[in-house]
Order: sequence, then C-alpha cells, then structure tokens
Amino acid sequence: MFSFQQLAQQTHAWLQQHTGSFTVLVECAIVAVFAITLFAVLGLVLVLLERKVAAHIQIRVGPNRVGPAGLLQTVADTLKLLMKEGLVPNLADKFLFNLAPFIVMMVAMLLLAPVAFARGIQIWDINIGVLYISAISSISVIGILMAGWSSNNKYAMLGAMRSGAQIVSYELSAGFSVLCIVVLSGSLRISDIIAAQENGWWIFKGHIPVLISFVIFIIAVTAETNRAPFDLAEAESELTAGFHTEYSGMRFALFFLAEYINIFIVCAIGATLFFGGWMPLHIAHWEGFNHVMDYIPSSVWFMGKTFALILLIMWFRWTFPRLRVDQLLTLEWKYLLPIGLFNLLLVAIIAIMGWHF
Amino acid sequence: MFLKEYISDVYQGVRSLLKGMKKTGYYFVHPSEIITQQYPDNREQLHLPERFRGEVVMTHDENNEHACTGCTACELACPNGTIKIITKFDVSPEGKKKKAIDTFIYHLELCTMCNLCIEACPTDAIKMAQTFEHSVFNRNLLTKKLNLPNSKIREGVE
Repeated sequence: MFSFQQLAQQTHAWLQQHTGSFTVLVECAIVAVFAITLFAVLGLVLVLLERKVAAHIQIRVGPNRVGPAGLLQTVADTLKLLMKEGLVPNLADKFLFNLAPFIVMMVAMLLLAPVAFARGIQIWDINIGVLYISAISSISVIGILMAGWSSNNKYAMLGAMRSGAQIVSYELSAGFSVLCIVVLSGSLRISDIIAAQENGWWIFKGHIPVLISFVIFIIAVTAETNRAPFDLAEAESELTAGFHTEYSGMRFALFFLAEYINIFIVCAIGATLFFGGWMPLHIAHWEGFNHVMDYIPSSVWFMGKTFALILLIMWFRWTFPRLRVDQLLTLEWKYLLPIGLFNLLLVAIIAIMGWHF
Repeated sequence: MFLKEYISDVYQGVRSLLKGMKKTGYYFVHPSEIITQQYPDNREQLHLPERFRGEVVMTHDENNEHACTGCTACELACPNGTIKIITKFDVSPEGKKKKAIDTFIYHLELCTMCNLCIEACPTDAIKMAQTFEHSVFNRNLLTKKLNLPNSKIREGVE
C-alpha cells in the first residue's frame, strides 16, 4: 500500500547515495519547497472553503462565477493581490511596517515544524514539541503589535492593542488545556502523544474532563487566531480592519494567508492532542475493527480530523456575535481560566489513579 | 449561592450558543433553504414574492374594459405626483353626461412603489405588477399611459 513514510525513506536513501554529506541541506530545501507549497495551497483552499461555508450558513450561494462552481475564485483573488500596489503610508515606520507581515508569516511557518502529517511524516520530532508550539505561537502577537504601531493609524493601533490583551490572556487557557493531555500521556513529544492514543483517542479515553479541556482549547485557539467571535483586533464595523488597515497588495495577502495558516495549524494541533493526529480510530480489544480502520491511510485521517475542526471553527465564526473587550476578558479570567485550572486537577487525579482507559 | 449562579451562567451561555449553532448548522446542511436567486440565469423561471411591487398597471378584461371611474383618489393619495388623470364626459344615448377617464398618466420615473394609490382605489382598477426590468434609453418612455386605447369603463362600476 502506498504510504508517505516509504516515499520519505526511499528519497532519504537515494539522496544519501547521490549527494553524500549534503543530504541534510538538500532535504532542508525539499522540506522548504513542500512547506511553501502547502501554505499556498492551504491559503487557496481555506479561503474558498470559508467563503462557501459562510454563504451556506447565511443561506446564500457564495462564489459561483469563476471556474466550475466558483472553484477558481481564490486563484483570481490571488492574482489580483499580486498585481496590486503595496502602499506604505507617508508617516509610517517603514522598516517595521515592511517587517511585520513577514514576522507573522514566519511564526506560522515555524509552527509547522512539529506537526505530524502522517505516519512517520514530521519535519522535526522535537522532544518538547507541545512546549515549542505554545512558545512560538505567542510570538505572532509581536508581529501584530508591530503592524499596528508602525502604521501610524489609530484604528491599527487600537486593533493591535486589543489583540495583544486578547492573545496574552487566552494563551493561559490554551496552555492549561494542552497540559491536560500532557499529564495524561506523560510526554511533550508529539509522536509520543500520538502513540499514547493507539488504543483510543484521548477525547474518548479521558472521560468528561478531557472533553471540557477540548472545549476550552477550541475557544482559546479561536481567540488566539483572532477569529470571530473574538475578532476584536480586526472588528470591521468598529476599526475598519484593525491592525492591517494600512496594508495593501501582497503584504495584506501575507496577513490574510497567515490567519488561515494559523487556523490550520491550531486545528492540526487540536486534532493531534485530542483526536490522535494521524492515528486511525482504534477501540481497545476490537482487533477486526482496528484492522479495517488501518486500511484508511494515516494522512487521510489527519487531514479529515483537521478539516473537521476547521469547519467547527468556521461554524463558530458565522454563528456567534462579536464580544466586547470587557466581555472577552471576563470570559477568559472569570470562566475559562478557573474552569481550566479545576479541570487540570481532575485530569491529574484521573492520570494518577489510572482511571483512563 | 455564588457557585450556583456561576454554574447556571455557564450552562445558560453554552445552551444559547448551541441553540444558535443548531440553526446555522441546519442551514449549512440544507442547501435547499438558499434564498439567493441567480437572476440573469433563471430569468425564465424567476420566482418573485407575492407582495413584490414592480410598477402600477391598470387591469383590463377581455372586452377591453377597466374599472377606473376617474375619481382621482389615487392622484390625491400619491405623495410625489406620479399619477395624473385627465377626465372627460361621456354622453350616454339618453343624453346623460357621465364622468370618465380620458388618459391615466403614470410617471414611472417618479414612482417609489409605495402602494398608496392601490390602497386608495375604491374600485380596484389599478394594481402592482411584478415586472421590474424598467431601464430604457429615453426617459420619455417612462411616462406611461395606463388605460388602453378605446377602453371603456366596465358596466356597473360606480
């Protein structure tokens, strides 16, 4: 059966034979090409998906003119953005203004490293994978603050400040819900966490506390990626476009792309932690069932789970109204954080007593 | 009882959010609910709501007779002078004079489709049509004469 793991091993062997000591460099280049291709494809697919989902939820049709059923709409949009002029405001801090989109983009790229795409397909299986993800994802707020500050625009400034308060607060809840899984699987390494779900995903094995931590995780990452109902940083109706008000052309496209890449990555991480990543649906002691599930390729499992979570987050966006700043902080500090802390205690008890399956 | 309130807050919040998600989720999986019409494509089978108001027309039956008595109630009801009725006097065979319309002038370019003239009409002589493709190259074409040539008032309408 075809598998990416085999392909990767064969490529590695072939490269070692032909390039010798440069193998690592060549592999780095290959990985970079794949990462950039993945970004471009994800940007096109997710933007189209979002518009179609939004349209159907709002009883509309959505893009349906460019290409069959509007499938080429985002390609046309990308071409338009590529050809647009990238305007820099006169009194902007030009260096920071130009740097900010790249910082946001770089953070998104760095986050890709520990994500396991399929059985044996992982760019960097670092032993502190989950910690690495939590640490890197908070850097993106610097890019947003940089964009807001350097634009020399009051809307951009307000949006960036709101975004700062929001990301810093919600990082805590996301961290606590991730910790629940770390406590249960006893490792920070992504591949260990996936391997611990061989006989069932954590969301089923960990009883209600894991379910609660999953709900908290989804709420927190929705806030961290600045998406509705937590899109105060952009808030079209109040702040025009928030921190990227002054951006146009390709720099704007980078912000836009980074938003969607971030959604993909947080959903991939959520799928890895709670739904077993590429691990097929296994139920302990059901050998026949497990064997049938193994026939579905691991990459399909991973992508299926990730896109299911992406659809969930899109569903949130087009259903819920935007929160006020005070409501946003109340939700985090008075509800999510205490519940998360208490939940972590429950999970710790379950892990110590060995009550999980 | 702080804790009880807190928990019921969380419960109520989650419940109302799920209620909203149920509604949007229903729309998402039922494409038949879509209300958008692909207008130029479905021009033949276009479905307009019953109360859609396109323009004022006068109904005529197969004998080329209408129900307009020329009472000018619609002209008086119109807020922006869209309707102008020119009356004449018909002479019946017995030599009695009777008021009737000569021309019912309707300025489509001034009309806001407010429906007040239709409500004012005591004999239901005029109604709103559903046609809406009104664009023309010469604005004179928007001034319309609603009663058909040689049409008469229907017998019995007073």
